[in-house]
Amino acid sequence: MIPAPFDYVRAGSAEEAVALLVEHGDEAKLLAGGHSLLPLMKLRLAIPSVLIDVGRVHELSFIEEQGDEVAIGALTRHHDLETSSLLKEQVPMLPYIAHQVGDPQVRHRGTLGGSLAHGDPASDLPAAILALGGTLVAQGPGGRREIAAVDFFKGFLETALAPDEMLVEIRVPKAPGAGWSFQKFNRRAQDWAIVGVAAVVNGTTGIALVNMGSTPLRATAVEAAVGGGASVVEAALLAAEGADPPSDINASSEYRRHLATVLVRRALEEATS
Amino acid sequence: MVLIAVQVNGTDHQDEVEPRLLLVQYLRETLGLTGTNIGCDTSSCGACTVLLNGESVKSCTLLAAQADGAEIQTIEGLAPAEGPLHPVQEAFRENHALQCGYCTPGMVMAAVSLLEEEDQLTERTVREGLEGNLCRCTGYHNIVRAVLACAAERGMVPGSVS
Repeated sequence: MIPAPFDYVRAGSAEEAVALLVEHGDEAKLLAGGHSLLPLMKLRLAIPSVLIDVGRVHELSFIEEQGDEVAIGALTRHHDLETSSLLKEQVPMLPYIAHQVGDPQVRHRGTLGGSLAHGDPASDLPAAILALGGTLVAQGPGGRREIAAVDFFKGFLETALAPDEMLVEIRVPKAPGAGWSFQKFNRRAQDWAIVGVAAVVNGTTGIALVNMGSTPLRATAVEAAVGGGASVVEAALLAAEGADPPSDINASSEYRRHLATVLVRRALEEATS
Repeated sequence: MVLIAVQVNGTDHQDEVEPRLLLVQYLRETLGLTGTNIGCDTSSCGACTVLLNGESVKSCTLLAAQADGAEIQTIEGLAPAEGPLHPVQEAFRENHALQCGYCTPGMVMAAVSLLEEEDQLTERTVREGLEGNLCRCTGYHNIVRAVLACAAERGMVPGSVS
């Protein structure tokens, strides 16, 4: 399978990438690791006329401490997340979840920023950043702005990024002692989750769901119930409240709703044990 | 067209390529290195696995243009033409780790990357480490055995004598 023809340009910095986005408008797509975009292009589900390759913007590949947070460059690969000793110490859920994505070859190429900007509700890392209460930093022609993770995912494969903005950094709160759990239910190795749940318990409770609607989403009803003193079993029953999970070859919508209650219960039990 | 310069199996190449040319097509059609197979063409099966700067990647999901400046190793570059096999190839032969052979080049390259990346390996971590490679003959047991034999030889298997 071969993608439709496109023009290929390279950006050497975030500024250059943004300038190229301004120049080419919404006909252009940023190419990072390419492990979401290229498969879509090979199937001709995406036909951008210009690809702006940001894979060489090495300044956006980093994991570093920034006060109470860990800052991660958007071009940091899943492989770098799963092997980061700083993350293992300060935000251990993130390397664990990064290790669940795809397979080693995919993790050698795929990037955190690419996964978030793609906004696929079936991906694991958006749920991780949602549950952790992360902050995303977008760079546009007018400079940088911060977007809370809960405000980032707008619709199926749609995010709060403007057509001339690039995701450059992701920040997550340090929480070395937090309870956490990631429950990924799938049938075969390397598959996407049929349903996934990321839970962080650290004074407050953050729970995010994979593949339970058109966007990665928080299980707000469960979070509120836990905050109000409900038991884990009671709270978990609300897992699918407000969610609109898809029916597909792997599972019906109804099955996903049930699965979410089971996985949220398991996640809360593990995160609070 | 995009001008790329890559080193493949130790040899430098410069070529003008169409932006949409995939790395696997470049290797097979432009360079004639047909040891790298195309299986599913959807980054699922791993038959097209090669090493990009020492790390396993699926060459069906990479533009040749993205590989510009990289060192690439394919199955043809693992061992000298007249010399002994690479230890992973030898272990695959010793352990009968192939049946039809279609997945073998990708399996071997994924195993080489895994052995370089990890300090220790167990049966479980070998199976997880090869999750991106499918064997249509389902001959996984002997493939895992072969990789574990290599790992044991390198002293990477807890409890084994190297």
